[in-house]
Amino acid sequence: MIEFLKMGGYAGYVWSSYGIVAVVLLLNAVSSWRRYKSLILRLKRLHGEKNQ
Amino acid sequence: MSVKDKLWLWFHRMASPAYFFKLAGQLLPWSIVATVIFMLIGLVGGLVFAPADYQQGDGFRIIYVHVPAAWMSMFVYMVMAANSAIFLIWHIKLSDIVARSSAVIGASFTFLALVTGSIWGKPMWGTWWVWDARLTSELLLLFLYLGYIGLRSAIDDRRVAGKAAGILALVGAINIPIIHYSVIWWNTLHQAPSVSKFDNPSIELNMLIPLLCMALAFKLFYLCILLINSRSELLEQEKRSQWVKELVTSS
Repeated sequence: MIEFLKMGGYAGYVWSSYGIVAVVLLLNAVSSWRRYKSLILRLKRLHGEKNQ
Repeated sequence: MSVKDKLWLWFHRMASPAYFFKLAGQLLPWSIVATVIFMLIGLVGGLVFAPADYQQGDGFRIIYVHVPAAWMSMFVYMVMAANSAIFLIWHIKLSDIVARSSAVIGASFTFLALVTGSIWGKPMWGTWWVWDARLTSELLLLFLYLGYIGLRSAIDDRRVAGKAAGILALVGAINIPIIHYSVIWWNTLHQAPSVSKFDNPSIELNMLIPLLCMALAFKLFYLCILLINSRSELLEQEKRSQWVKELVTSS
């Protein structure tokens, strides 16, 4: 396990690459999803108010 | 009804906002599942099962994020440029939605290709950055994405923004073949492609399969983002229409 984490001496390079990729992809996913959810809420209010 | 008529009917239905919104919603869970599966196979295969490279040791494992990100940076741009062309020529709104839904994720892939390449370059080439053809043209791609995003957000009118940014995307498409052939046309520090030579790939199978899985996972991830973003864009664009009203009041 320790050997695996060490990546043959390239640990810093390998894990930082994978880490940055994970962070940037997750940020994309989360921000897209949140935008969609908040948009639905906003449109619910928009059309809900009209009906009353 | 002739085949041509049927095809047109299908095409118009596809381009109808309500239908596309529904279809994208049905596709999304499947593409999320597929993304996770291929990402896991690719990660385990690339980090655990692929043998260490005889020259680069375990450092070569950066390939499994770097190369898919670099491929996607160009793939997403081509999707963006093609849809910009369709929008400019035939005024199909859905194409403009696909184009603008792709910009941020495309810029992200380009950024990742540059950063992971830089991190890979340090131990292997002894430098974080060189101004050679491959790296410079990829950096130019990032600026094209940022220019596209900036131009869109600077113009309020959606149609005008779509046209202006679309023209920018099309002109910038010249950069794509330049990136692709840069390692062949110029002498660069960046290595020549080792995967695309399918008749005689210079990479072992147990190294290649995880790479292809990761490439597929990245493509599927882009599809997920594209589906979510285009649903948001459609809602925004059609917010006063009857189908949106029914959609948000019924649920």
